[in-house]
Amino acid sequence: MPKPKRDEPLLYMEEYRVKQDPQDYGLADEVFTMEVFKKKMQISIVKNDEDGLEFDLIGVYPAIANAFRRLMLSEVPSMAIEKVYIYNNTSIIQDEVLAHRMGLLPLRADPRLFAYRTEESPEAGTEQDTLEFELKVKCSRRRDAGKDQSNFDDIYKNHKVYSGHLKWLPKGKQAQIYSESTVGCIHEDILIAQLRPGHELDLRLVAVKGLGRDHAKFSPVATATYRLLPQIKLNREVSGKDAYLLQSCFSPGVIGINENECAYVKDARYDTCSRNVYRYPQLNDAVTLARVRDHYIFTVESVGALKPEVIFLEAVKVLKKKCRAFINEIDAK
Amino acid sequence: MGALAELAGDEKNGEGSRTFVFSNEGHTLGNALKTIIARYPEVDFCGYTIPHPTEQKLHFRIQARRDRAVDILKRGLEDLEALCDHTMVTFEKEMKDFNATKEENT
Repeated sequence: MPKPKRDEPLLYMEEYRVKQDPQDYGLADEVFTMEVFKKKMQISIVKNDEDGLEFDLIGVYPAIANAFRRLMLSEVPSMAIEKVYIYNNTSIIQDEVLAHRMGLLPLRADPRLFAYRTEESPEAGTEQDTLEFELKVKCSRRRDAGKDQSNFDDIYKNHKVYSGHLKWLPKGKQAQIYSESTVGCIHEDILIAQLRPGHELDLRLVAVKGLGRDHAKFSPVATATYRLLPQIKLNREVSGKDAYLLQSCFSPGVIGINENECAYVKDARYDTCSRNVYRYPQLNDAVTLARVRDHYIFTVESVGALKPEVIFLEAVKVLKKKCRAFINEIDAK
Repeated sequence: MGALAELAGDEKNGEGSRTFVFSNEGHTLGNALKTIIARYPEVDFCGYTIPHPTEQKLHFRIQARRDRAVDILKRGLEDLEALCDHTMVTFEKEMKDFNATKEENT
């Protein structure tokens, strides 16, 4: 669907400064109404694959874009291991370091299906707010290994403890609702510890729902960032050797060269906005670098429990709930 | 409960000037709300501060001549809520369109 063309407010990136467009009076004098906001705001999804979600949020204030980013990072809940009961740990990794490593393991469990632990909930937790796992690994020497073998994989059994060794212990009726693959660790190949014959790990792990502002392990995103849309304009024709020099000043794929050996802007979107061009006197005046002030390119990479689009929607929902709670409190007074 | 309070000291300044104290909130809500409320024509001043980084408190100041500060705050929150609703609806629609075109192409 083609979107109506709009006036793009630009920020010019000159050699030593960032300059506003002389016609752009900034955000300060604008009056906020929902009608204007609805007219201006646009969203377009650009990419959604295993590398994450990329979408454009256009025509919003920086504070709004930043609020969504901050919410995704630290206010959307997820499940993570919070308590580690160590019954036996004879490996060389210290108890507290091991416990910390366990906490960072990403879990597949959908946080929306669980409740937060409260003050009233029992120490052991309930099936609504707790997931339990155990990790029992013992390293031993392989009997069949020959004397001349030196590879650890051949002479030791279980000498590497992976997240795949984690075993889920269903609480109450959890086994009827979930399965190991829907609540367990997302990756099976995360190395937790290395053991030698005689070393043993015996742990019980308790996972709860939490928020990223409490600890980064509860953050549902690997990255959630935004940047402004770059815009590159060529002021004059650049050809021959200079065209290739110009191409090398930008990220790959940004500048193209046509059959007449003339440079043209192919795709400014994925430029890193370095000001490399200004180093060359012969190219100094050839380009105008700018960024669109209210065009935010969001990149959201999920850890794996929730899809990135769900994380964004959850983040917006969190902000909405905050507002609602305060409105209700004002009304109650 | 009681996540919203008022700072003392504005009793003589009429209903238009108030500093509200939000508990357990930070820049996320503070800055978003500030950008909206500061753009109401009837508001003379709007700003926020987090007095101490380890205290989970947000001081939110509104000054206006005609309207009550509480009403302006409420309006700001309602606008922010409506903004969230609109964002969600737009995003869901765009996501649906995106998935539909993706299906067509495969």
